[in-house]
Amino acid sequence: MKILFTAKGDSWDSLVDPRFGRAEMFVLYDEDKDELQTISNDEAKEKAHGVGLQSAKKVLEAGADVIITGNGAGEKALEILKKSDIKVYVGAGDMSLRDAYEASKKGELKVQF
Amino acid sequence: MKLTIASGKGGTGKTTVSTNLASYLSQNRDVILCDLDVEEPNSKLFLKTALKNEEIFNKMVPSWVSEDCTLCGECGKNCNFNAIIALPSEILVYPELCHSCYACSELCPTGSLPMKPQKIGVIREYETKKFIFIEGRLDLGQEMAVPLIGGTIKYAEEKFKDSFMIFDAPPGTSCPVIEASKDSDFVILITESTPFGLNDLVLAVETMRVLKKNFGVVINRHGIGDDRVEEYCKKENIPVISKIKNDKEVATLYSKGELVYPHIEHFKNSIKEIANFVEGIK
Amino acid sequence: MSAKEIVVISGKGGTGKTSLSASFAYLEGKNTIVADCDVDAANMHLLLGADFEKQEDFYSGEVAFINEDCCINCGKCKEVCRFDAINVIDNQHRVDNISCEGCWYCSRVCPTGAIEMKTQKVGDLYVSNIKKESKMVHAKLGFGAENSGKLVAKVKTKAKEEAAKLNKRYIVTDGSPGVGCPVISSLSGANLVVLVTEATVSGLHDLKRVQKLLKTFSLKAVCIINKYDLNQKITDEIENYLKGEDIVVVAKLPYDETFTKALSEAKPIVEYDSDCDLAKSVKDSWKKIKNILGDV
Repeated sequence: MKILFTAKGDSWDSLVDPRFGRAEMFVLYDEDKDELQTISNDEAKEKAHGVGLQSAKKVLEAGADVIITGNGAGEKALEILKKSDIKVYVGAGDMSLRDAYEASKKGELKVQF
Repeated sequence: MKLTIASGKGGTGKTTVSTNLASYLSQNRDVILCDLDVEEPNSKLFLKTALKNEEIFNKMVPSWVSEDCTLCGECGKNCNFNAIIALPSEILVYPELCHSCYACSELCPTGSLPMKPQKIGVIREYETKKFIFIEGRLDLGQEMAVPLIGGTIKYAEEKFKDSFMIFDAPPGTSCPVIEASKDSDFVILITESTPFGLNDLVLAVETMRVLKKNFGVVINRHGIGDDRVEEYCKKENIPVISKIKNDKEVATLYSKGELVYPHIEHFKNSIKEIANFVEGIK
Repeated sequence: MSAKEIVVISGKGGTGKTSLSASFAYLEGKNTIVADCDVDAANMHLLLGADFEKQEDFYSGEVAFINEDCCINCGKCKEVCRFDAINVIDNQHRVDNISCEGCWYCSRVCPTGAIEMKTQKVGDLYVSNIKKESKMVHAKLGFGAENSGKLVAKVKTKAKEEAAKLNKRYIVTDGSPGVGCPVISSLSGANLVVLVTEATVSGLHDLKRVQKLLKTFSLKAVCIINKYDLNQKITDEIENYLKGEDIVVVAKLPYDETFTKALSEAKPIVEYDSDCDLAKSVKDSWKKIKNILGDV
């Protein structure tokens, strides 16, 4: 499975960024390969409007199965995410990526969708 | 003659002055009053009106037609406002983010994004006993006031060419005020003699100077605060057209939604002063 | 524990929003960070003695720029521009910065690649020290800049950062007027909204419009009715309306020129005359607000 974190940094110790659209960056964890990959959000996050939409598109293109984030995706971004089987977990804001991952495995995170 | 009534700060008395001035001037001539504060149009509350005409105001937005679309994704790349999201299986359009630049539509290789009108507000034309009143009202959730402000002005100009027009502008100093002022012959800035009033007047003056507009100042609620605005106007060579006396009675009439000048003599004199000044402009 | 944010908005201008926000900030002193989100015509700095200590440039959007050396004056750019932003002056196609919407269309069609899209500095962001050992984040939008809500978002983000860094309990946010994007941006993440209205027909009209907006965001709100004794009939109407909307009135302030006198001396009412009735009512309302937030 591929798990995507909205993140403030690119390692397991980095914190989850509570924002979706304007997250510092995205970090994709491929469970099968046990690999972490950083996906830039620099271009999108500086735009004035519609940022969440581009992020949703990027997330879909990255092939994520699960998103772990803090506050959740906005209404419009969610609409896009709902077109796939992606699951969105919220409540992990400011946890380390590692802790957030463990929490999701134990079912401790809330499901936004 | 096109006169814009503006101010930097909200709540200084734009609507009070524009409605009373329109009513006063209409005794001797045809007047058109336009409420361009399209986010919060208020002037109508002070007038007894009968609706004469209503026009839906649209902005043009792209609309996806799937038949010939190859899902090449060019449209998504051509939109700088994130209003088009090209997914592998469909094209999503977000009209609220669209700035109507037509790039996506015109650059689409298969013509799959024709531009269609979408309602963002309403322009209403009313008759009062003495003058014509036109209001632009933006739908809630629409972000862009400027196109509707322009549209309301255009409606007034096309229907009532060459009439004496008063534009009640939105507060502030940015795009909406610029749109409401840029083609006017004269701008009256309403302020009050307090630190807030002066601070925002300076911003408004800056705006008017960049637009190269002729402008003057009316000091409302004169008597509260101090001389700082008058000092500033003297220093900057800005005409002070009138000083409206601070009077709780004025506020009371305003609170009820009534015109003031028929009831309060000193206020009537101030409106007369403004009217004389305006009629003297050429 | 993260700071609790109170956002003060009004829909209509001139109801006393900024004067009240400044009073709340002054009362809470060093427990709070202040955010002034009225970036078009910012005013709070006048009442709270801001020193503009730190400044940051704010960039948003782009403006087209025609490089005359590469331009062959074919006119394709002018043809496609929907905003009348390209004109021929002295035989050269030029972009009018004020009218340019930053859509990039012209740059995409230019056959010689002569058009560059340049990021614009459209404002300034400030972090100031203010009265009572507190700090304020505020900003000024540049001339003709679009108030998209992005600068407001920046002010709020910075305020949250400062609040977290300095361990502050509250953020008092002076919201933008109106009902558009800047207000929506001001409201994002609010724990409680304070609606300031006045006892006039305009006040009630604009209150209703703003409340419609609040409902779409499921934000909890309370209300302060200013100048309530100017028109008792309207005050009653407002109170009825609010009851129907489940909004508590935390204060009814009388029409009192002390407010303006305090303003003229660049002081919030609670600093100008902390014992007068008006100041006492404002203090009371702040206590009630904190109560509703779940602290005292």
